[in-house]
Amino acid sequence: MTDTSTTSNAPELLSLRGVHKSFGRVKVLKGIDFQVGSNEIVGLVGDNGAGKSTLIKLITGVHRPDSGEIFYKGQRITIHSVRSSRMLGIETVYQERALGDQQTLWRNMFVGREIANRLGFINVRAEKRETERLLREHMGFTSGAIDTSSTVMYLSGGEKQGIAIGRALHFNADLIILDEPTMGLSLSETRKVLDFVRDIKNEGKSAIIISHNMLHVYPVADRFVVLDRGQIAGDFRKADVTQDELTDVMIKLARTGSLA
Amino acid sequence: MDLNQSTPEPPVPQQPADTTPRKPRFRFRRSLETGIFVVFIIVWAIFLIGNPRVFTEFHIYYSLMSTIPFIGILALSVTLVVVLGEIDLSFPSVVGLTSWVFATVFALSHNLLLAALACFGVGIAAGFVNALLVVSIGIPSLVATIGTMFLFRGLTNVAAAGNGIALSAARGHFLYEVAVGRLFGLIPAQALWMLGLGIAFWFLLNRHRFGGHLLFVGDNAESARMMGINVARVKTIAFVQVGFFSALVGILSTLEVTYFWPNQGTGFLMTGLAAVFVGGTSVFGGMGTILGTFLGALIIGSLEAGIVSIGLTGFWTQFIYGAIITVSVAIYALLMRRPH
Repeated sequence: MTDTSTTSNAPELLSLRGVHKSFGRVKVLKGIDFQVGSNEIVGLVGDNGAGKSTLIKLITGVHRPDSGEIFYKGQRITIHSVRSSRMLGIETVYQERALGDQQTLWRNMFVGREIANRLGFINVRAEKRETERLLREHMGFTSGAIDTSSTVMYLSGGEKQGIAIGRALHFNADLIILDEPTMGLSLSETRKVLDFVRDIKNEGKSAIIISHNMLHVYPVADRFVVLDRGQIAGDFRKADVTQDELTDVMIKLARTGSLA
Repeated sequence: MDLNQSTPEPPVPQQPADTTPRKPRFRFRRSLETGIFVVFIIVWAIFLIGNPRVFTEFHIYYSLMSTIPFIGILALSVTLVVVLGEIDLSFPSVVGLTSWVFATVFALSHNLLLAALACFGVGIAAGFVNALLVVSIGIPSLVATIGTMFLFRGLTNVAAAGNGIALSAARGHFLYEVAVGRLFGLIPAQALWMLGLGIAFWFLLNRHRFGGHLLFVGDNAESARMMGINVARVKTIAFVQVGFFSALVGILSTLEVTYFWPNQGTGFLMTGLAAVFVGGTSVFGGMGTILGTFLGALIIGSLEAGIVSIGLTGFWTQFIYGAIITVSVAIYALLMRRPH
């Protein structure tokens, strides 16, 4: 299917169709149909081993599907590598791997995409100025204790993810994938991270939030996709479902193994 | 909260002003550099007070300027590898091997330029051998470079068969003057090399894209990879440049005495590394200070002369080396203690 004109009817940013993936004899994904609309925040929920991280690794180019198709902005694509997914505008924010802990904020903001002259010398002033602007205007860092020369290790877990999300937005990522962004964070830190996710929405971009805890993603997601043992077990728009109903669904799924 | 009155930007969204008091965010590189500078001043003051006659005259500085640059240049170069969280123990052996190549090619061809080019070629090749073992095969650099340390030294021993090589014919040659001549008859050229390279390495680590990549790879290789940095390439370049600068020191140290001897460079291992660590660069990687290494080399390189001239016997040297290294490294460890 190379004709892309027939596929661009929906305002979908990303679409996976009939995707299968096995590792050896273990079938991890069994025919996944998964979409992310433009300017949509999707909560991808499921227990450990449901296939969430494998699904994400297909989208970010770490693995390739055995069969099935991936469409991005209406085009059928093959994602060869992490780098090629970033070129497409897909950026992943991992809690632990997002930033260099001992480096300053301005270095973290521009690492790998430095503002440099032809000889490779970094324009530190420009990088700091731009980082400062991002911190104050877009990321809501108002505290005087954080500035562009602060070392990342002194930030809280939520702030670190704020930096990583802000960085992704600054470099025009269209789809930001957050892998368990609230894991191990306190309540107030979780709230901060969710505020950063709202920024993604406000900037007109899309996100996939992966979580095994429905409650954490409920406030910010537009839609919830429940993954169970390699298959999509449920797909709910927030407008159609309350938080309690969703929780019941998850419990039922955990108890009986199906939603039927 | 410092919102300018006239900015047309939309107001900061919902985020409440952060009023919780925070601990001051320590910039440890700057405090480390202040620390090493203080140590440097103290050590020098002790020498000055201990023997004002020697340390107020130019002669001692002239002599130190002719000897310190060898470990200084090596330490600057090795700093980049340490920033990666790696180590290179083979550089003194590369100095030996490249010195042999330099002396031999010169003895055969009487062409200093050709000798220098051959020397640099071998240095770069030696760096690639280290990079191959560490980056491609995946041997921890400590282990790999212990191996190549013996390998390169052994190669030098076999090739030289215990014989030194005289290079007195190089004296007066233009390249000789550039390498180890005396500017106005006062300043050894190698001191200018060390100063110039110190500045160049500072800009490389702190202002160049490559330096930023070194810091990130040393800090969090996984994150660096995700941000599109070619980790293997960065590591390879780091090991290769140590080979290159070891060859430079091979040339300088051979020309300084116009003589090659087979165990050339052996004294540089511990002093070179000590300069890096006294300077404050972290063995864990991700952080490094060129200014620290520069001052560290000045301290380490002047200790022996200083200790003797303040009236202690040479037996004290190692003890004082040890005291300075352990105390300064302990201070840095305390300074750099992570939060939480």
